[in-house]
Amino acid sequence: MSTRLSSGGRLIDRSAARDFTFNGKRLTGYAGDTLASALLANGQTLMGRSFKYHRPRGVVASGAEEPNALMGIGKGSRFEPNQRATTTELFDGLEAESQNHWPSLEFDVGAVNNSLAMFFPAGFYYKTFMFPRPAWKHLFEPIVRHSAGLGKAPKDRDADRYEHFYAFVDVMIVGGGIAGLQAALTAGASGARVLLVEQTAHWGGRAPVDGVEIDGQPADEWIKSALQTLEGMDNVRVRSRTMASGVYDHGYVLAYERLTDHAPEMDGPRHRLWRIRAKQVITATGALERPLSFAGNDIPGVMLASAVRDYVVNWGVSPGDRTVVVTNNDDAYRTALALHGAGLAVPAIVDARATVTGDLPEAARAAGIRVLTGTGIASVKGKKAVTGVTLCAQAGEGAVTDEIACEAVAMSGGWSPVVHLWSHCGGKLTWDADQACFRPDHDRAPTSHDGKPFVTAAGAADGVLGSADALASGSNAAVAVAEALGLSATASAPSANDPAETPMEAVWIMPQGAGPAKRMKMWLDYQNDVKVSDVRLAAQEGYESVEHTKRYTTLGMATDQGKLSNINGLATLASALNDEIPNVGTTTFRPPYTPISMGAIAGEARGDVFQPLRRTPMHAWHEEQGAYMEPVGHWRRPYCYPKAGETHEQAVHREVLATRNSLGLLDASTLGKIIVKGPDAGRFMDMLYTNMMSTLKPGKCRYGLMCNENGFLMDDGVVARIDEDTFLVHTTSGGAEHTHGHMEDWLQCEWWDWKVHTVNVTEQYAQVAVVGPNARKLLEKLGTDMDLSAEALPFMGFATGKIGGFNTRVFRISFSGELSFEIAVPASQGRAFWDALHEAGAEWNATAYGTEALHIMRAEKGFIMIGDETDGTVIPQDLGLGWAISKKKEDYLGKRAQERSHMTDPTRWKLVGLETVDGSVIPDGSYAVASGTNANGQGNTQGRITSTYHSPTLGKGIAMGLVLNGPDRMGEVIEFNKVDGTTVPAKIVNPVFYDPDGEKQNV
Amino acid sequence: MLILECPCCGVMADETELAPGGEAHLKRYGPGSSDEEFEGYLFHRVNPKGVHFERWRHANGCGKWFLAARCTNTLEVFATYSAQTPEPPQHVIDAIAARRPNWSIEA
Ligand SMILES: [Zn+2]
Repeated sequence: MSTRLSSGGRLIDRSAARDFTFNGKRLTGYAGDTLASALLANGQTLMGRSFKYHRPRGVVASGAEEPNALMGIGKGSRFEPNQRATTTELFDGLEAESQNHWPSLEFDVGAVNNSLAMFFPAGFYYKTFMFPRPAWKHLFEPIVRHSAGLGKAPKDRDADRYEHFYAFVDVMIVGGGIAGLQAALTAGASGARVLLVEQTAHWGGRAPVDGVEIDGQPADEWIKSALQTLEGMDNVRVRSRTMASGVYDHGYVLAYERLTDHAPEMDGPRHRLWRIRAKQVITATGALERPLSFAGNDIPGVMLASAVRDYVVNWGVSPGDRTVVVTNNDDAYRTALALHGAGLAVPAIVDARATVTGDLPEAARAAGIRVLTGTGIASVKGKKAVTGVTLCAQAGEGAVTDEIACEAVAMSGGWSPVVHLWSHCGGKLTWDADQACFRPDHDRAPTSHDGKPFVTAAGAADGVLGSADALASGSNAAVAVAEALGLSATASAPSANDPAETPMEAVWIMPQGAGPAKRMKMWLDYQNDVKVSDVRLAAQEGYESVEHTKRYTTLGMATDQGKLSNINGLATLASALNDEIPNVGTTTFRPPYTPISMGAIAGEARGDVFQPLRRTPMHAWHEEQGAYMEPVGHWRRPYCYPKAGETHEQAVHREVLATRNSLGLLDASTLGKIIVKGPDAGRFMDMLYTNMMSTLKPGKCRYGLMCNENGFLMDDGVVARIDEDTFLVHTTSGGAEHTHGHMEDWLQCEWWDWKVHTVNVTEQYAQVAVVGPNARKLLEKLGTDMDLSAEALPFMGFATGKIGGFNTRVFRISFSGELSFEIAVPASQGRAFWDALHEAGAEWNATAYGTEALHIMRAEKGFIMIGDETDGTVIPQDLGLGWAISKKKEDYLGKRAQERSHMTDPTRWKLVGLETVDGSVIPDGSYAVASGTNANGQGNTQGRITSTYHSPTLGKGIAMGLVLNGPDRMGEVIEFNKVDGTTVPAKIVNPVFYDPDGEKQNV
Repeated sequence: MLILECPCCGVMADETELAPGGEAHLKRYGPGSSDEEFEGYLFHRVNPKGVHFERWRHANGCGKWFLAARCTNTLEVFATYSAQTPEPPQHVIDAIAARRPNWSIEA
């Protein structure tokens, strides 16, 4: 069992106890602990269950690469799943729970999957989909559903704040180990603007743990003075707890700063997402130790050798009284020596290599530790905790030569440089056979806008593992980068002590001749439960590409993204394919390096500031009236104005009837308004619209349709010709920006020699629709210098003048079928004008109406609505709008497309009106059913609903829809489907339900 | 997240300021064109791994369209230039040739 040592622990403060809970159990650690070190200190080696087989799992690593010890942290609105215990700093009151088990961590029913392991081979998920349907429903789905998902999704709204932060630097240095620090010192001295980030709370990386001496003093001393020097430089910024998560195009880097995770009582945002533009990036991201593949390598107590060393040296934690070290390299001997130095037993160092003579092995031997060369682990004994290991000859098939009782196994398969950031933006790798790892290929670095490299790797991230070499590598990287920036820097690095080492030897499987029974117990990917046998099976089944094998087996697809499993998995695949590792290649490294919070990605963009809101000058009035608002593009528009006790439906019906019977007022300010001006404006308008606009007389309005080059209807609206050179284009409320962009595209990129200028003036004017039989009376009551009579200002005319003292432009246009004046005033006068209309209109019961009443009234008149009757696949000809398509024009945008065979197909569904036989309302989205079935066995259809309402004017359900041969089938009754499986009969009618002759409108 | 220099206003614009507009230098075919010509204009686009001419709009900036010659593989930007040109100007072709000696505009 693991426990706290009586002394030691360079990162903990034994005078500062920290209380926390794990699965409700009250435990105590120290300031400086991680959750993982504190759990180990409390003897809690079992920390979770694996994803597929629910196998018991303990912590394997001590940092960001941890695959097993994932916890749910916090509660309620601060609960977050899948947090690595190894990167969670302990604080008072921390609440953690383990994941992936039921009913308890100790006893888990899902572990039955483990005994069914033979039924869950590689490709299980794909294979199940090939079985007959009932097998899926009754056999697989319940299992998959039960085991799907890692951790629990938070239910409450996140209580914390997050922010984005922008930075522009010359050099971004990632990694605060000794190579990164030295790189920052050299780069800082060159005068470059430097940002140095370190993902943990501590500087110096592994050097202090490994007992490195720099310039003759302990690494900690050098690190402290390096930091002091850097903090004294005005051009250098350093940030700990900041992880560079991705390197992107042209030097864009994202970094993730965890500000209060370690101290939730602190004020300020929890996470900060740094959005950095760096001219040059140095990745000094270190290396990750690889596990070894031996049978039982996932039993709690089996850990990376470097992690065991970290727990002993950094946190004063013993992994168990007796630890067997198993390795293929000299570095793991440091762990044996650290354990020995802490007074713990190392019964044996099991080394796969035949002979080892380096300084560290000699020191181990001198300390009296038994070193067994040419030896491997045959199997690990124990279920929920290691109880011992059996040994065998590495060269053989696993015949047991010895057995050792122990509580922990420290394994080391060598080190893999962290090449993620190098690779994100196209940096290529080269295989280093000596160290059995991929490292950055300096000749194929990521390149920037100028085609020149912008990422340089340094230290262990570049495959440079010795500390003296790493320091020099950091300095050299900074010199190269400074030169690329046109600055001068001098290479200088302190000296460091490095022991003479015996070269490592690649060991991909232990023992090398292990048979199938052992391979089924060798874990590659701990989190996703991928074993050596799974990768071999994938290769047998023909998954020869590493990218396919990854997806088929899910190797490396867990939240740790294969940080530990990648190289071992590749080596296993290469061996199964009888090929070389570099030929198999790696899978693609993608950001983020470790998971970052959704909150950090959202930043400030949530709640009220999720996106900018557009408000009309009358917006405050709508809110005062308690209007129910709906989003229309970025606008918020009143849907209706419910009075006390009224439902929305009742309010809408009241608004429609008040408008039809007397007087309605609509805030139409959101209507798009674009000025198109210039000598070629008429010619341009003729290209934009399907109908002829150049013949429109100044002072007149014309309804027009706008299509894209595909021929599909894009926008519609009324165009007013102000003068010979000037048109005012009205667009749909959500469509102004898009339409303006469309105009500019054609003017700038196709007809750039045409003399036309466009300006989007949507927000310069407030606009009110004054609608209903008493509309004219209201305007005349307010007093006007214009003649608003039907003779002087007929339908589709406009006039400019004063109403009630306001400067106005009055359009005789109607979207309701009533007598209607749409009146524009300067935006600054909008609210005053709106108030004046209401005050003067009181005697006619002036009623503000919202978008739903607007929709119903336009549907009663059979007017189309962009986005209802159109969906990007509808052409004007489908909607009976042939009258608005010029036959005279040689060209307009969309004309050629509308001549294509599919566009002229007579069987295209066409617009009709629909009246339900029983007066009910057809459900939105209904299809008209037809007899028979199609090739897929689905019922045939012959039309669909585009708009459907209860008409308060007519007292029944009305709808518009696109129906096969619809206009030729007037009076026919067809059936529309409902969600409950029944249908509703409706009669095909003219879409103009109300006042077809325009007697109410043209008065 | 590319950075492109807007030739209209001179700003080195982050991609968040820009809106992409697809392949540049398309010839518009209108009424009277054959089905094949129109299909090509409307639907056929090159998709090179290498030099590409493309349209961008400085949408959250000066609002102007411009063109860019860019390598889709390495993200190298050879030039940005005016949208008011039916084909790549000589200085753009020269800039590409200097970096990609084996490239030709016909390919
Ligand atoms: Zn610009």
